[in-house]
Amino acid sequence: MKHARISIQGQIHNAVEQDGQLLLGDGRLAGFADVAWLPPLQPLPQARTILALGLNYADHARELEFKAPEEPLVFVKGESALIGHRAHTIRPAGVLFMHYECELAVVIGRAAKHVKRDDAYDFVGGYTVANDFAIRDYLENWYRPNLRVKNRPTCTPMGPWLVDAASVPNPHALALQTTVNGQVTQRGSTRDMIFDIPFLIEYFSAFMTLQPGDIILTGTPDGVVDCQVGDVVVTSIEGIGELQTTMVAAQSD
Amino acid sequence: MNPPIIAPLGTIYGTLLNFRREWDVYAPQMDKPPYKAPPQAPVLYVKTANTVSHNGQVPLPAHVPQIEVGASIALEIRGFSLVGHEKLDIKTIATKMAGWRLVNDFSIPHASYFRPPVKYKCLDGSLGVGAQRVAPVPMGEVATAVLQVHINGQWVQTVDFSQLIRDAVTLLRDVSGFMALQDGDLLMLGLDCLPGGGRPLARVGDEVQITSPTHPQLGGLTNTVVAAI
Repeated sequence: MKHARISIQGQIHNAVEQDGQLLLGDGRLAGFADVAWLPPLQPLPQARTILALGLNYADHARELEFKAPEEPLVFVKGESALIGHRAHTIRPAGVLFMHYECELAVVIGRAAKHVKRDDAYDFVGGYTVANDFAIRDYLENWYRPNLRVKNRPTCTPMGPWLVDAASVPNPHALALQTTVNGQVTQRGSTRDMIFDIPFLIEYFSAFMTLQPGDIILTGTPDGVVDCQVGDVVVTSIEGIGELQTTMVAAQSD
Repeated sequence: MNPPIIAPLGTIYGTLLNFRREWDVYAPQMDKPPYKAPPQAPVLYVKTANTVSHNGQVPLPAHVPQIEVGASIALEIRGFSLVGHEKLDIKTIATKMAGWRLVNDFSIPHASYFRPPVKYKCLDGSLGVGAQRVAPVPMGEVATAVLQVHINGQWVQTVDFSQLIRDAVTLLRDVSGFMALQDGDLLMLGLDCLPGGGRPLARVGDEVQITSPTHPQLGGLTNTVVAAI
């Protein structure tokens, strides 16, 4: 089942996909173009933990001139960085290199502490697509990648769907692809992750309790390119969704 | 026993290298690898929701002999938000009234600031949060605050917020220039180090207390380090 969270006529609804339309919780049907898409996540009683992996595909690590890490390179985002499908991502004026990162996002389904990798999939609620934009101009070598690069509002599109874990028998056999204005610029497969999902859940839950609704962004493969104002960027993962964003201008910081 | 934290808290951000002494200790390394240059933007990190200690206990994993004490003040965003892509001027920021809380950001000691400190800072229960929700104050008043830190009744550190590199207003302006702060979010102003570097260390059984002689209305914050189960 594919779940969405949308806004229509000033109200927020949960919805599911049904025959190319959205079936709202109140029984109404709505077209994909008739709604505003929010990240497919339910509100939580506490701040959402959003962990994100850097350099988790060997080819991308090479592309960025890093050797593959011996343990996960992880950073954290706040929820204010997230934005939904078919929304606008701000490119600040004057930046030279701002690129997408197509990533499989794992949404935790039940509280996870001291989980062993053999049991890890029991703690996955579902999957969605994330686009973890980065602005390389702002990279600094202090807690890198720093928050000025990775925690910007509008710069982490997510969605359109949360796909139940039960509908994804093997999350490590999914093709990833990004297009910019219809041209394919990035291709990969989730089978090429350095640290796979069971490893990551064991690693994180060894020192921190993950709660339902917390998220792990699992990194991106080779093939990132600069995105200019006006570009339409679609990050896709086979069976999970096609996430679209449009680049827009803003003043520099 | 601390009074209960008034929930819900939003995202909790911390700031590195925002005290002059802490900066001076690191300055000789700043131009060398892996840093290669002093930081330009505020250096921030996130204390995830699991770090909030609701009972005052700070569980120490068996492989960690001692944990660093990080006494600070957090600005609490209430009743306004900062959108994150327009740099407001100092005057505008100064009109915002944030709440403040005492916080104690416990972390596993780590000498390298090159990679994000998730495994050092995101341990369950590693953030003491003062419960007292103090009436909002003008941002400028934060610079007059002083904290005293005691471990088992013995004084270990004085934290003086006149020694910030970016004061509360400047930090809020610079941070909100690139990221959004929302209702309920906390922004810690920084963790000072001891003369010569390092931070106070606590081990299992230690009781760590923060008080503010200049701002007793902040209340106290007491945390006890316990062995993690």
